[in-house]
Amino acid sequence: MSNVLVVSEISEGAIKGATFTAVTFANEAAKRSGGNVQLLAIGSGIGEAAGELAKYGAAVHVADDAALANPLAEAYAKVIKAGAEAAGATVVVMAATSHGKDVMPRAAALLGAGMASDILGFAGDEGFAVRRPVQAGNVIATVEITTDTKVITTRPTEFDAAQPGDAGEVKALSVDLGGLKTEYVKFDKIESERPELTEARVVISGGRGLKEAGNFPALIEPLADKLNAGIGASRAVVDAGWVPNDMQVGQTGKVVAPELYFAIGISGAIQHVAGMKGSKTIVAINKDPDAPIFQIADYGLVADLFKVVPELIEKL
Amino acid sequence: MKILVTVKRVTDYERKVKIAPDGSGLVTDGMNFVANPFDEIAVEEALRLAKAHGGEVVVASIGSKDATQQIRQGLAMGANRGILVLSDELDPDAVARLLQKIVEDEQPDLVIMGKQATDDDANQAGQLLAGYLDWPQATFASKTAALDSDEEKAQKPGVEVADGHATVLREVDGGLETLKLKLPAIVTTDLRLNHPRFASLPGIMKAKKKEVKEIAVDSLGVDVSAKVRTVKYAEPPERQAGVKVEDVDELLGKLKNEAKVL
Repeated sequence: MSNVLVVSEISEGAIKGATFTAVTFANEAAKRSGGNVQLLAIGSGIGEAAGELAKYGAAVHVADDAALANPLAEAYAKVIKAGAEAAGATVVVMAATSHGKDVMPRAAALLGAGMASDILGFAGDEGFAVRRPVQAGNVIATVEITTDTKVITTRPTEFDAAQPGDAGEVKALSVDLGGLKTEYVKFDKIESERPELTEARVVISGGRGLKEAGNFPALIEPLADKLNAGIGASRAVVDAGWVPNDMQVGQTGKVVAPELYFAIGISGAIQHVAGMKGSKTIVAINKDPDAPIFQIADYGLVADLFKVVPELIEKL
Repeated sequence: MKILVTVKRVTDYERKVKIAPDGSGLVTDGMNFVANPFDEIAVEEALRLAKAHGGEVVVASIGSKDATQQIRQGLAMGANRGILVLSDELDPDAVARLLQKIVEDEQPDLVIMGKQATDDDANQAGQLLAGYLDWPQATFASKTAALDSDEEKAQKPGVEVADGHATVLREVDGGLETLKLKLPAIVTTDLRLNHPRFASLPGIMKAKKKEVKEIAVDSLGVDVSAKVRTVKYAEPPERQAGVKVEDVDELLGKLKNEAKVL
């Protein structure tokens, strides 16, 4: 058997959108392996989500257990191993969300499988070589996993969401989770009225050019309000403590690919560009005409942001 | 407590690396090499924990003889001794299984690693090691205090260790998660955990006298053949520079009529 198992991500009963981007990759992988696509639902009280997931494959394996209420890598990796065996899967895939990045290598160790992280897609029309970014996105490596079982995480912004079809089978999966050495203490959700950065249609990012922390609420937020945009930031301003950590766009932060991206007062360090160059349309506003950000921007405005951003807000 | 930290020698992440014309590899001749920046954060965290709780910090690296420089850097920051496993470039899985041997030999209470190396960006070794050892893990360790806060300036550790457990704040999508791990455990560092110190001149002098044990990779009895093989390197698709606009009105016009995104 050479089926493909998609590890889904369920948060507060809802399936995360990134899961469906991983299904799209899995559908292609199943064509190549000659097997089918099956899904794995992990959590506590997730019957409804599992029923929805069944529409995306031949079967959904459901590990519904109070011990799985929170996404602990130690517990989830064991379930993924059991799920892969139950599904007869030789490819195990999950979206490269923070949870996917955390748990999948651990699952790969339990499966004795080689793993390719954060992949962009297949490298050719057949076979299993995949492309992935290395060196902060400056180089694309083509890699081959040599083990029979292959573990893969997919970069969500590189794949469209799969569409549902006829519902497959729902199968219970029970896994012994005794003796866990990790305790889930709490989750502090960052509450925001804005769309989440990785899912927003428009992203407005600010950098050092804003000069001080107070200019985020003064200039970036009103512009984001006008466009119902998510707000991002360069690493420099995150490190300076102007904005929270989870707003960093870049290879080491969030990778975004919105329809419209505004880089305001951002020079365009390699690190930052790696996290946003997949955006459909990029606008850069910077007073330095030589800033590297202009080399990748569709529309560059060389100007003092303190003059043009208020004007933009007024005219939108 | 005994803390093992890992340091990888990587190409300078602020310089663009060149690809061999036939795509078979990366051209590293003339490149500057540095310690993986996430690993410097790991060394810093280990030093702060050792200062707060007493104990020893051991720096381990796997790589060529040249990686001695990066181990010495960790020793100059204040770590006690080093271990270098001499080997060619390996995939994360082989690295994790070699580290498993080192851990079984050294028996640390805590292993702190960078969340990813800035050359292959795999973000796997820590989680793989935790899986092989069946130890609890907390990846992407962070803290609430900002890097310009007084708490950070006082070099307080972000990871809390008490009663045989480590409590770790993690950066995850949409918020911050707190996990409590039973020691021994694996922690991997994110960027905001701390600001690593520079090695002082006396630190550098002292580091020269500290032990760096060299181990031949073959002596550890681990099959290091690659589970993941890179077969080609290529430039990412080039994004063309667009146009410069004169003013806000022209920009809005282009966004509405040309890009049709407004």
